[in-house]
Amino acid sequence: MTTPPHPPPIAVWHQDGDDVTLEVSGDWRRDGSAVKITGKTPDRFPAHYHLDALGAYDSTLPAFLLAHFRTVTTAAKDKKELPPLEGLPDNLRGLLELALAVPEESETKLPTAAASAIDKLGSLTLKLSISIQALLEFAGLTVLSLARFCTGRARFRSPDFWMTLQQCGVEALPIVALISFLIGLILAFVGNVQLTHFGANLFVADLVGIAMVREMGVVMTAIIMSGRTGAAFAAHIGSMKANEEIDALRTFGFNPFDFLVLPRLLALVMMMPLLTVYSNIIGIFGGMVVGSFVGIPPELYWNETLTSLDLTNSSLGVIKSVFFGVAIAVSGCMMGMQAGKSSAAVGEATTRAVVASITAVVVLDSAFAAIFTLLEI
Amino acid sequence: MAAKITVRELTMAYGDLVVMHDLNFEIEDKDIFVIMGGSGCGKSTLLRHLIGLQEPAKGSILYGDEDFTATDPDERGAFMRRFGVMYQSGALWSSLTLGENISMPLEESGNISASTVRDLVAYKLSLVGLSGFEDFYPAQISGGMKKRAGIARAMALDPDILFLDEPSSGLDPLSSRRLDDLILGLRDSQGSTIIIVTHELASIFSIANKAIFLDTATKTQGAIGKPCDLRDHSDNPAVRLFLNRGDTPESPTP
Repeated sequence: MTTPPHPPPIAVWHQDGDDVTLEVSGDWRRDGSAVKITGKTPDRFPAHYHLDALGAYDSTLPAFLLAHFRTVTTAAKDKKELPPLEGLPDNLRGLLELALAVPEESETKLPTAAASAIDKLGSLTLKLSISIQALLEFAGLTVLSLARFCTGRARFRSPDFWMTLQQCGVEALPIVALISFLIGLILAFVGNVQLTHFGANLFVADLVGIAMVREMGVVMTAIIMSGRTGAAFAAHIGSMKANEEIDALRTFGFNPFDFLVLPRLLALVMMMPLLTVYSNIIGIFGGMVVGSFVGIPPELYWNETLTSLDLTNSSLGVIKSVFFGVAIAVSGCMMGMQAGKSSAAVGEATTRAVVASITAVVVLDSAFAAIFTLLEI
Repeated sequence: MAAKITVRELTMAYGDLVVMHDLNFEIEDKDIFVIMGGSGCGKSTLLRHLIGLQEPAKGSILYGDEDFTATDPDERGAFMRRFGVMYQSGALWSSLTLGENISMPLEESGNISASTVRDLVAYKLSLVGLSGFEDFYPAQISGGMKKRAGIARAMALDPDILFLDEPSSGLDPLSSRRLDDLILGLRDSQGSTIIIVTHELASIFSIANKAIFLDTATKTQGAIGKPCDLRDHSDNPAVRLFLNRGDTPESPTP
């Protein structure tokens, strides 16, 4: 059995003075061929319709008619004038009446004017200054909140604090261990290859030890925590905002800042130094494993590590970790608090939180490197 | 004596976009006051202004004789303690169980013994028909239950003024009816003043004794009064149209 061929949709405009006639024929179907329009498209409503040759049609026909009506109304001065629909089949007429019942709202359409390069540069600069202002404001609020905490006037749920402490402490141990172990391993391999040329491969222990405690341990931990905890802070606070939960806190007289930001900040700042020490130890252990494969006995490796490290060296990473903790918690919470009120905005806030906290960590680390060099530590 | 809530010349705006201007109305003690209007007309925005989540562009809101708008947002605690608010989505704290959602404001409000808190939580939940759901998390219950739990939480501190943002939207007719009965019961037994944002006509007629209609076309209040009177006698055709679901006599019946 063969399906009958569909005649292509055709629209023909006839204009005779002010009198416009639209002739429509063929099958108007979404998956059919494109509409063929002949005759000059007039700038007024059709007064008559010729539909004798019209076959089957779906929404494409009313959509075509409505599009024409809209262009005519937009061009005309009198926006309220309705097109004549006499001569159309009842169902088509009903649909068009429904579509035309509420006039198109032209004011609600956002301006889509193409911005020039200078406009873009200007709005970018303005945005930058606004975001710097927001950051400073948030930092100020954090300090005020900490002051309230120190004077015992900040209110938050202690289970929230302990829960966050667990999430950014104990629960982060496996991933921190894995990454630190591998970093120690990599440092030792690379170091070993180079140092063997000089017959000094015992100094792999010094290299791994100093690199871990000064830089790699704390930076890797901070980056893991940015992706893990910073993102979680932003997502949690952001979705609370989207769901009006933060408004609910406010109307019960809770300060959302004390309630949400403070426990997270405290928990992360407490856990970061501990995680850093843990990461340093695991990293050195990773180096030791490689060492034992390339002929450095663990006892010797351990002794060499101890001689290379002193308290100053070892404390540098731990001191930095406190600042990194603040940076991660502040970026995560700030992006969450600034998130818009939709699920897409929460995703955006999470992304921005991770980018901001990793950037902050690296920038802070560079600043510390400069300071420590100047202080000759 | 001054009305419980007085709104004077209130203009609400988001940046330059004026939502509603020059609203003037009073809410008396023990009123069930409905804020109605088409979708997107600023009903919830008006509610947010009344509870201080948004600052007016112009005008003032008075509670009794005290000017709420002129008070510093940080010093509104005394006002806020009289409010109970149910948000459109329920806005239950998702990391807490229903019981904890209600007990948290109670615990923070003063020194209440753990057993009293537990009894109060059970009582508030039973008022909204959720007895035994103390240990459920908001994600584990249905949308209608979330709304009711939201009302239970709003009532936690026995508020003097209860604000409900679309309490019955999305509820089946029976639950919605029960909710109306609950609201009436709360007003009669606790003497609360209740302010409801809604466009459920059935609820409006059965419980409200005063209503304000926000007119999208003129961006100001269309009418204010008792809903049945507005339906039959309002001289604003938009109000009659709204309260009659679109089929309205062309002129008000005398």
